[in-house]
Amino acid sequence: MVQLRSPRPLSEGELQETKPNVEPHSITSSAARRPDAIIDPPEDAVFSISELSLWYGHKQALGDVTFKIPVNRVTALIGPSGCGKSTLIRCLNRMNDLITGVRTTGVVSYHGQDVYAPDIDPVEVRRRIGMVFQKPNPFPKSIYENVAFGAKVNGYKGNMGQLVEQSLRQAALWNEVKDELKKSGLALSGGQQQRLCIARALAVQPDVILMDEPCSALDPIATLKIEDLIRELVKDYTIIIVTHNMQQAARVSDYTAFMLADEQGAGRLIEYRPASEVFTNPKDKRTEDYITGRFG
Amino acid sequence: MSVVSEPLHAGNVHGALRRRPFSRWNETVVKGLLAACATVSLVTTFAIIFVLAEETIAFFREVSLSDFFLETRWRPLAGRPSFGIWELVAGTVNVVIWSLVIAVPIGLASAIYLSEYAQKRTRNTLKPMLEALAGVPTVVYAYFALNFVTLDILRPVLGNDVPIFNAFAASVMLAVMILPTIASISEDAMSSVPRDLREAAYGLGATKLEVATRVVLPAALSGVIASILLAIARVVGETMIVAIAAGSTPNLTLWPLSTIQTMTGFMLQVGLGDAARGTVDYQSLFAVGSMLFVITLLFNIAATWFVGRFREVYE
Amino acid sequence: MATAPVILRARGRVAVRQAVSRASAYLFLGASLVGVFVLLLLAYETISVGAGRLSWDFISNYPSRFAERAGLRSSAIGTVWVLGLTVIMALPVAVGTAIWIEEFAPRNRALTVVKLNLANLAGVPSIIYGVLGLTVFSRFFGFGSTIMAGAFTVSLMILPMTVIASQEAIRQVPSSIRDGALALGATQWQTVWYHVLPGAAPGIITGIILAVSRAAGETAALIMIGAFTFIAFDNTSPFEDFTTVPIQIYNWTIRPQEEFRENAAAAIIVLMVAVLSLNLLAAVIRERFRRS
Repeated sequence: MVQLRSPRPLSEGELQETKPNVEPHSITSSAARRPDAIIDPPEDAVFSISELSLWYGHKQALGDVTFKIPVNRVTALIGPSGCGKSTLIRCLNRMNDLITGVRTTGVVSYHGQDVYAPDIDPVEVRRRIGMVFQKPNPFPKSIYENVAFGAKVNGYKGNMGQLVEQSLRQAALWNEVKDELKKSGLALSGGQQQRLCIARALAVQPDVILMDEPCSALDPIATLKIEDLIRELVKDYTIIIVTHNMQQAARVSDYTAFMLADEQGAGRLIEYRPASEVFTNPKDKRTEDYITGRFG
Repeated sequence: MSVVSEPLHAGNVHGALRRRPFSRWNETVVKGLLAACATVSLVTTFAIIFVLAEETIAFFREVSLSDFFLETRWRPLAGRPSFGIWELVAGTVNVVIWSLVIAVPIGLASAIYLSEYAQKRTRNTLKPMLEALAGVPTVVYAYFALNFVTLDILRPVLGNDVPIFNAFAASVMLAVMILPTIASISEDAMSSVPRDLREAAYGLGATKLEVATRVVLPAALSGVIASILLAIARVVGETMIVAIAAGSTPNLTLWPLSTIQTMTGFMLQVGLGDAARGTVDYQSLFAVGSMLFVITLLFNIAATWFVGRFREVYE
Repeated sequence: MATAPVILRARGRVAVRQAVSRASAYLFLGASLVGVFVLLLLAYETISVGAGRLSWDFISNYPSRFAERAGLRSSAIGTVWVLGLTVIMALPVAVGTAIWIEEFAPRNRALTVVKLNLANLAGVPSIIYGVLGLTVFSRFFGFGSTIMAGAFTVSLMILPMTVIASQEAIRQVPSSIRDGALALGATQWQTVWYHVLPGAAPGIITGIILAVSRAAGETAALIMIGAFTFIAFDNTSPFEDFTTVPIQIYNWTIRPQEEFRENAAAAIIVLMVAVLSLNLLAAVIRERFRRS
């Protein structure tokens, strides 16, 4: 398997071992990038990301990422481990701010407003942009309190019971837990816990939901349930999902973005087109190699 | 439909996301209070240093440095007072030596047993019991040192020549006090030594004893030394056991069956007495206290340094 | 060709080394039981000498120069006062410091200094805290030898160990919980108040109980602020002079009469029961919350 993170020239012997027509990947010159591999979606854009780069200290993790994310669509980020897809998604709701030594440049424009502008409050940003994590992380409290927490700290004064029910219904969990709202969130199965986390995010009434590999800790049946849920939710929300499962990206997303780390380890956007086209007719050879399983 | 957040669009988004200084003010207030809590510990250290330094400087205006460090007798209340620190230091060193002589072999042996020989269940029962020893108030050990060790054992066995206040009784109970420190920390260090080292030795035909003493113990040496340094710091700083059982007579000797006074014992004596502010006896409390503070600080820092060396290798 | 029989039983030097190794196992086991043995001996001695003195009178009498009439009343009340005030003063400051260090402090040199300073303070002998208390609280602030001076002094003394225990407890709360709360738009303090503190509460409580147990046995620091006096009344205000059970034990231990030795032993039984109960409580809390 060719290692992409720190490519070194393959020796004669290694070249013989690997598939003969795969060269070491190099992403230095922009001539290597196919300009029509990245398109502008025709729908209105919720996010307009422009030249976004990120450093952990001296190590660059994202390099000049530029693309637009359309409203009410599912956008999937795919790519091999270390390509920066999780880092990118965490830039959108400023979760990377919590890591010391992180520096970002570029613009992340949300409804026309740069979320990294100096007078913007990251707490307000995170209210509007919900997040679901890879490993379900319900609070060690009751199901009701889990769902209500976000609304409570944001000062919601309306009917909390109704909000909790509504959020659990939207997350396709209500029927399973409606008689046991006082039960601990941790007593649910993995798939249920993840749907609880989705309900929790929905209760704050965001308009975008970020999902960082939401199914990788779940069994196949739970995964399918969540994928169905995503297709339902996208009618009312914009969903951005990171996944290392290409079949899932093909099933679930409207637009797919393929990322790859360059020689310095910085993640770059290689291809971004409607999902159907990415998976049947990729414009960039590297995308094709990844999708056909030649590496990653 | 009740609303937690209104829908966003280009018109209201800046207002919605903007940092609101007043609604976050209580966050700032809370952060300030928490930082203030953290400064309490800093202020404490400054206060200790200032308090000790102030009177110590006053002390050294009355007593010259050469008297303090070159005289041997500590007689602050005599007609012709003498302020040689060495008698008190000797008293402290006396109990340190004899408590280590007792505690180090037993502590290391316990550590070896717990880390190399004991089953998990035995270890999980014995280790907490050992650590319970650390929770016994020192005044209880002091009572035991005077009544049980001196009166019930030493005198009947060795005769009434044994002074009723002697360094040995104190050292025995000090050894019991520091046993958990040495045993527990050394055991942690030994358990952290990787299995491969042991297995290499066993593979060469070594017995369990040889592996424990010639492979594991040397490999854990920095951790063991750290535990001993910490134990020394605790003995040096301990007051009640020595004040009650070791005596209040400064004595320049390392012989365990003598009546002595340690630095801490002297400090307690001043505390019990009526020394008035401004007198050199009052100031001597702080001079000895400064010495005590510096010595324990040095041993604690040395212990931390050795722990750092141990971690470098094994973590 | 016949091969020589393989000999696997130890012979000669190897047998000796093996025997020594096995024998030494017993030696080492003995060593690790020394501590337990001493504890049992201590318990036996104090119980046999002092149990006879234990009675309701003993607990409800004031000290006296007549050993048979002397009791623990004033020292027990003084101890409760000092410990109560210490918890009220030390717990918020210690938990606040720990929260600041773990959740809010910028990761810079100042933080390293604070942490290093705490580690050093933990190793300062208690008599130095006594000297500090004498100078600052007794003389400078004028609290003299009252309960307030004692409580301030003991609070400072247990602060480092309580902060460190609280830090440990806070660190045990998984970061995924924090991430989950922050991603919902909670502020840092909301995350700490609603999620981190409840999660860390068992560890923090265990820490303060162990610190109180340590404070209950403290003698030298309180003697330095002047608590070694004859108290024959019940404390009703923190601005009164006081004494504590360990100081009373000290008082009786240094008297030569055999009857006072019995008093001391009886008082030790009372003190040890209290200390052991506190330690047991802390262990129970720790175990109960480790399972959940």
